[in-house]
Amino acid sequence: MAAAAHADVHANEHDHAHEHHELSFIRKYIFSEDHKVIAKQYLISGIIWALIGGFLSLVFRLQLGFPGIDLGWLKPILGERWFDEAGKLDPNYYIALVTMHGTIMVFFVLTAGLSGTFSNFLIPLQVGARDMASGFINMLSYWFFFLSSVIMFASLFVHDGPAGGGWVVYPPLSALPDAAPGSGTGMTMWLVSMAIFIVSSLLGSVNYVTTVINLRTRGMTFDKMPLTIWAFTFTAILGILSFPVLFSAALLLIFDRSFGTSFYLSDIYINGQALPNQGGSPILFQHLFWFLGHPEVYIVILPALGMTSEIIATNSRKPIFGYRAMIFSMLGIMFLAFIVWAHHMFMTGMNPFLGSVFMLLTLIIAVPSAVKAFNYITTMWRGNIVFTPAMLFSIGLVSFFVSGGVTGIILGNSALDIQLHDTYFVVAHFHLVMGSAAFFGMVAGVYHWFPKMFGRMMNATLGYIHFWITFAGVYVVFFPQHYLGIAGFPRRYYSYTGFDFTNKYQDLAELSTIAAIVVFAANIIFLFNFFYSMFWGKKATANPWRSNTLEWTTPVNPGHGNWEGEIPAVYRWPYDYSKPGAAEDFIPQNIPFSATPESNLEDENEQIKEEKEIEGIKFNYNIPD
Amino acid sequence: MASANNSTTAEHLMWKGGIQPMKVGYGKLMMWIFLLSDTFTFSALLVSYGLVRFSFPTFEGLRKNFEFSNAWWPIPERVFEAVPFLHGISAPLVFVGIMTFILIMSSVTMVLAVEAGHRRDKADVEKYMLWTILGGIAFLSSQAWEWGHFIHGTEEGLTLANGTKVFGANLVQNQYGPPAFADFFFFITGFHGTHVLSGVVLNVLVFYNASNGIYEKRGHYEMVEKVGLYWHFVDLVWVFVFTFFYLV
Ligand code: HEM
Ligand SMILES: [Cu+2]
Repeated sequence: MAAAAHADVHANEHDHAHEHHELSFIRKYIFSEDHKVIAKQYLISGIIWALIGGFLSLVFRLQLGFPGIDLGWLKPILGERWFDEAGKLDPNYYIALVTMHGTIMVFFVLTAGLSGTFSNFLIPLQVGARDMASGFINMLSYWFFFLSSVIMFASLFVHDGPAGGGWVVYPPLSALPDAAPGSGTGMTMWLVSMAIFIVSSLLGSVNYVTTVINLRTRGMTFDKMPLTIWAFTFTAILGILSFPVLFSAALLLIFDRSFGTSFYLSDIYINGQALPNQGGSPILFQHLFWFLGHPEVYIVILPALGMTSEIIATNSRKPIFGYRAMIFSMLGIMFLAFIVWAHHMFMTGMNPFLGSVFMLLTLIIAVPSAVKAFNYITTMWRGNIVFTPAMLFSIGLVSFFVSGGVTGIILGNSALDIQLHDTYFVVAHFHLVMGSAAFFGMVAGVYHWFPKMFGRMMNATLGYIHFWITFAGVYVVFFPQHYLGIAGFPRRYYSYTGFDFTNKYQDLAELSTIAAIVVFAANIIFLFNFFYSMFWGKKATANPWRSNTLEWTTPVNPGHGNWEGEIPAVYRWPYDYSKPGAAEDFIPQNIPFSATPESNLEDENEQIKEEKEIEGIKFNYNIPD
Repeated sequence: MASANNSTTAEHLMWKGGIQPMKVGYGKLMMWIFLLSDTFTFSALLVSYGLVRFSFPTFEGLRKNFEFSNAWWPIPERVFEAVPFLHGISAPLVFVGIMTFILIMSSVTMVLAVEAGHRRDKADVEKYMLWTILGGIAFLSSQAWEWGHFIHGTEEGLTLANGTKVFGANLVQNQYGPPAFADFFFFITGFHGTHVLSGVVLNVLVFYNASNGIYEKRGHYEMVEKVGLYWHFVDLVWVFVFTFFYLV
């Protein structure tokens, strides 16, 4: 046995032979191949994007809450040309702001910032690997993301403004550069940036799946993986299978824009002139877009749900309720996500029979979603709950997921959607269920794994303040929007002053705006806490939350390779909290059953005899990579 | 894959972690996953083609009376019936048949190269890689000719309703039928051609490395296998593209 372990250490050393010398600053922090550094790069980029996206939303919220308000003081930041003499926002720029806000939040913050950070950080640490399968491809993935970020950012400042027309960039508007200011250069850059973003996302996802398959440590069978890892894996699979379809759609759109093809164009007049384009179909684009678009919303939420499972179980000091049910419901959600896309298209003139089929499939998603919600609640039920900031944010996520999910069921009925489509009701729905829920998951993840990332603790008091303001604030921002939507406020409108009925709702819009400003301010507290704690926070211990997963068995500041000695083997699932008979209220995954006779169940005693066998498994270095 | 078998781990432990469960390294695994993803790229394009194609009427009359018109989708046999050097002779789908044959043969030589890699027979790997590269280049050149002919058009051209004459096809107009037919033809065969081109580049790299003995030194020819997977995939996609554009 000792010899075997020795050989294993050697083999790993051999694997890392090229890293014995000190890495230069550039290789260590910039073009790094270490998954932990790449994760932090994604996190910082995500935070910057969140600030930009949040700022843009405040600008258009001000216009919505106080139509015609003087925003002239923004000229130095956004450019003279978007405001008239009275400082009123330009309507075309308004729609561009909405578009960029959506794009930035969905793709750059909640896809790259969320999956990029936590899949990278946690997959190797929690499955027990020294790094991702390919550090190089991982690095490439980040730098493609960076490139796409630069292009998207630059597009904010081009002469005719960034892309307009919504984050879904429907043709014909997006296909005809002459159709609107937001369809010009900004749109071209949007498409190029997205194409590069997709490449980055694929490189990342391929790595995540491969790592989970090939590099689990000894004993880490699939039914012992933390739910975070399951969630990240499903997310990666969703991305691998749906992003390429957006890639095709974007390429066809680029051809329509720049090379005169008519994939999405037919029967169009601009300024009374008939265009020559015939035979294409704008609905085709919508099908292709939503084939990605719907899975994308789960790409955003699944990682957050995975982290929440982990955080809620740890802080309830109880095993997760329904571990397998959680996996199967995620699997179900993933499968269904591919066959419900047309619920975004009930109102596009699609065949109503097809609409009924998609309605049925859509409503089925409520079942696995509800299973997850109930499992969170039953995990907390009668637990010894520790209200850390991470735990509070996870509970907040569950709350948003439920309140936003309920309105999803309303929207999923094609008859009700006739009234509600493209109104603020939809905006309220997805900001709760996706936007806020995923954002809370991300923040919860930061609070929870901050000690592992930076070796220090974040300040809990500031965390509580951050939580309560944000949690209440989000409801104040989005709850009124349900009523606006039911009353008939369409989304993406510059102002509603043309319709009399809207006047009596103006106070609700104002309330939304004020609350949005408060929430934004509360998140500045978070930023302060984040950067302050990074340098001056309390030093962390190795396992501050008394958690079971493998990342807490590494040194406080894990180096490249994560574990100093041999990678620990795994014997049990990650949810042995408050096990009857055990001395402590948690038993980490790397503690063998043979060491805990006092708390073992019968079938666990059976597993003791397999322990030696599992410890003896050796990575096969003869298999070429 | 003789080398992979000297693992000491028992079969029932393969999925217990600590070892590559499917006995493949990460590189090949990544290639498989990438190809799965690329399948969706092509499927999206082919499904789009299908949707647009069936939104147009098909020619109703007898086949022998078929004429090109913007009003209906063309019959592919009538569009693709030229062969180089045989000017004026109608040989429906003969040339594209030859192209398809070339591409399939290059897959066969690729299999032989992979097999030679398993035997670690450097000379054979080089030989078969070279044949594969030649096949790829031959396919690309044929496609260039096919495109050229399609772009150039026939002498008669097509007279539109407003009296103007159209010769050949490009992304905006098409003498053989609705412009959408040409748009999709150029886009999808072009997208596939780009894949073939990158495949040829990869093959050249592998050939270069193999002849420099890099794989010999490394002790395995895994790289040939990975690129081989890609090559077969590109080949398989062509079969679908061929079916959609030339047979349906
Ligand atoms: C019970 C489950 C759910 C159902 C039945 C449901 C149903 C729907 C329907 C029918 C729409 C289209 C409304 C319209 O445009 O008229 C919609 C929009 C949307 N949903 Fe959901 N949804 C559910 C859960 C979710 C979840 C979990 C997320 C994200 C994590 C999400 C994100 C979105 C987004 C982003 C949109 C709006 C997209 C846009 O038009 O910009 N939904 N939902
Ligand atoms: Cu959806």
